[in-house]
Amino acid sequence: MNLEPQLRPYPTRRTVLKTAATAALAVPLLSACVTSGTKDSGGGTEQGEKTTDNPLGVKTDAPLEVVVFKGGYGDDYAIKAETQYTQHYPKAKVDHKGLQKVGEAMQPRFVAGNPPDVVDNTGAGRLDIATLVSAGQAGDLTDLLDAPAFDVPGKKVRETLLPGVVDDGTFGGSTVALNFTYTVWGVWFSKPFFEAKGWTYPKTWAEMLALCETIKKAGVAPWTYQGKYPEYINDPLLSMAAKVGGKDLIKAVDNLEPGAWKQDGLVQAATAFAELAGKNYLMSGSEALSHTEAQAAWCQKKAAFIPCGSWLESEQKGVAPAGFDMVMGAVPALTASDKQPVAAVQAASSESFLVPSKAKNQAGGKEYLRMLFSKASATEFAKANSTLPAVAGATDGLTLSSGLGSVRDAVVAAGDNTFTYRFRTWYAPLAKAVDDATGELVNKRISPADWSTRIQKAADALAKDATVTKYTR
Amino acid sequence: MRHGRWRFLLGALVPALVLHVVFVLSPYAQAFYLSLTDWTGVAGEAHYVGAGNYARLGGDSLFLDAVRNNAVMLVVVPFVTIAIGLGLASLLRKGRGAGGYQIVYFFPQLLSLVVIGVLWGFVYNPNTGLLNSGLRAVGLGSLAQSWLAEPVFALAAVMAVLVWSSVGFYVVLFRAAIDGIPPELYEAALLDGAGAWTTFRRITVPLVRETVQVAFVYLGIAALDGFAVVQVMTVGPGGPDGATEVIGLSLYRNAFTYGKFGYASAMGVALFFATLTLAVLALRAGRRERLELA
Repeated sequence: MNLEPQLRPYPTRRTVLKTAATAALAVPLLSACVTSGTKDSGGGTEQGEKTTDNPLGVKTDAPLEVVVFKGGYGDDYAIKAETQYTQHYPKAKVDHKGLQKVGEAMQPRFVAGNPPDVVDNTGAGRLDIATLVSAGQAGDLTDLLDAPAFDVPGKKVRETLLPGVVDDGTFGGSTVALNFTYTVWGVWFSKPFFEAKGWTYPKTWAEMLALCETIKKAGVAPWTYQGKYPEYINDPLLSMAAKVGGKDLIKAVDNLEPGAWKQDGLVQAATAFAELAGKNYLMSGSEALSHTEAQAAWCQKKAAFIPCGSWLESEQKGVAPAGFDMVMGAVPALTASDKQPVAAVQAASSESFLVPSKAKNQAGGKEYLRMLFSKASATEFAKANSTLPAVAGATDGLTLSSGLGSVRDAVVAAGDNTFTYRFRTWYAPLAKAVDDATGELVNKRISPADWSTRIQKAADALAKDATVTKYTR
Repeated sequence: MRHGRWRFLLGALVPALVLHVVFVLSPYAQAFYLSLTDWTGVAGEAHYVGAGNYARLGGDSLFLDAVRNNAVMLVVVPFVTIAIGLGLASLLRKGRGAGGYQIVYFFPQLLSLVVIGVLWGFVYNPNTGLLNSGLRAVGLGSLAQSWLAEPVFALAAVMAVLVWSSVGFYVVLFRAAIDGIPPELYEAALLDGAGAWTTFRRITVPLVRETVQVAFVYLGIAALDGFAVVQVMTVGPGGPDGATEVIGLSLYRNAFTYGKFGYASAMGVALFFATLTLAVLALRAGRRERLELA
């Protein structure tokens, strides 16, 4: 009996090394695949003559490819704008794609250098916009912004947009994305519920804490939040800080200035939310609830307040009982010397439309966006989706639901005092660090001082990291 | 004739080989190459950065959390799964209605991991979940926890799901191995007056050792992954504060959220070597064990 083959342990050192060597040899042969896309297959080859009627110089017979995220808002609104486009340019063929996973589908096309002419880079699987910009994949939209608006005579496209929309799409001085929806963040409650209980929405944080005590005594949890995703409770915290410290505070944070996260406003706001948690005003168990679970509990009146963006009303369709009539309030003022008024709200646009820099029909893509961002198209969208579009005055004359109405009122009341932090889109890893820290803060595992120290450390590391493209505002 | 045979052999082999090279070997090779670059995932070009991405791994506290968690999972998940699997399989050996039990144990194997993650997310819900409700129903309400939101319990909760989802498969596997043991051995043991425990320890365990070894490799690889369950179920995901972070999740986030495909590839390559080392060690140990038995 020959035991020899069994004595040798398998795999032997030799076979492992041999396989590794083969693999190493194969690397250079195969490695060209992923990154073999051409570097500059110059976009915008389809260009026509610019006239008053055709301000962007669309080549009338050039085909147009539009890729739209087909999520909560569907893609009917985008198809309507495409119909508009073909009415205008009957010779052009429009290829429409409504996708759920825009990023997955578009990534190889960006890499290969043949992206579509319009991409709605939205949804859970979207591509990181900052990465697209630093890779030079997003085309500049300045000429679109300066073109005459489609159905508002005498105004440029840029003048028809709500405050902040152009800034939201601007990276390093060039506007490369135009966001179609306008989101406002605040604290939500049911108006009839509050009226029945005799509670009024507080203007200051001291009033808020006093009201929370009353609510708690009434057997209702004052607050709940979407604990599985701590960024939800971040929004009112950062809004409060922005009111205390004004726009300079935001600027320092976004520009990664040393000590930015140790500013008084931020530490005070963190302390305020630590107090909210410390007094057990957060519904127990919130920390492990997903957004659907927390929001459902809130709709069942187990909690009085919930922080969220203005999509909440359409998200709760079918969950909120009849007559729940939710409304959004601005985050209460923390101190009497806040630099921004209490009506100030955090507002930003989302649902980003891009015209890729390597798209063939860039003029067509921009023309399409000009039609999509027309007042008529935006009004249609607002009607269908009870969501505020980024076009000013799009909801004028419409009868709005209670939630959307309160959001519009908040925007009007805020006037010029809308603000937004850019670091979330500029530096995704920092956003993660802030979310984690805030989750720990409102679960009483770290102090407000630790909170700011931790985030400052993450921000400093990012500022030092030469591989990250930096932006300033 | 001979010529035709070659053509037949080639015809049978080449398509499979080509598919293997294109869809298995080439992605591996590309990952090795990309891990040395700063590829963003959307650019048509990538710059060579040498070992920079690997140097970064050591200073990435979230990645180190992930390595720690995977290491804990690597120790706990295989041992617990195999212990439960082996125990149940040997009970089934003589139990009545064993076939029925075996089918029931196998059920979790039929569900996708995502479905399992969602279902267990409901079970762990602190207010309305089955687990806390059950504890409260039997008067143990003080033990109710926010399972997925407490750093102390979150990883254990995840591991429990991994064990639950895989134990059924190993019960079936071990049952088959136990059925292969000659019944005379058990009869002899019975005649010698051996109890159930002694029989299990002295006969069952030594004779299914090789199957257990293979199970270790499979479970080890599964424990080094854990991505699906963590991504679906946990706070953050990967939280609270990195308490359930796994390498796969870090890799996914860096690639698809941060656009750092080069760095993510470096994580992938590191994971590849960890898995390979594990498999090699387990297989070598396996061969030695077999010799002892021969």
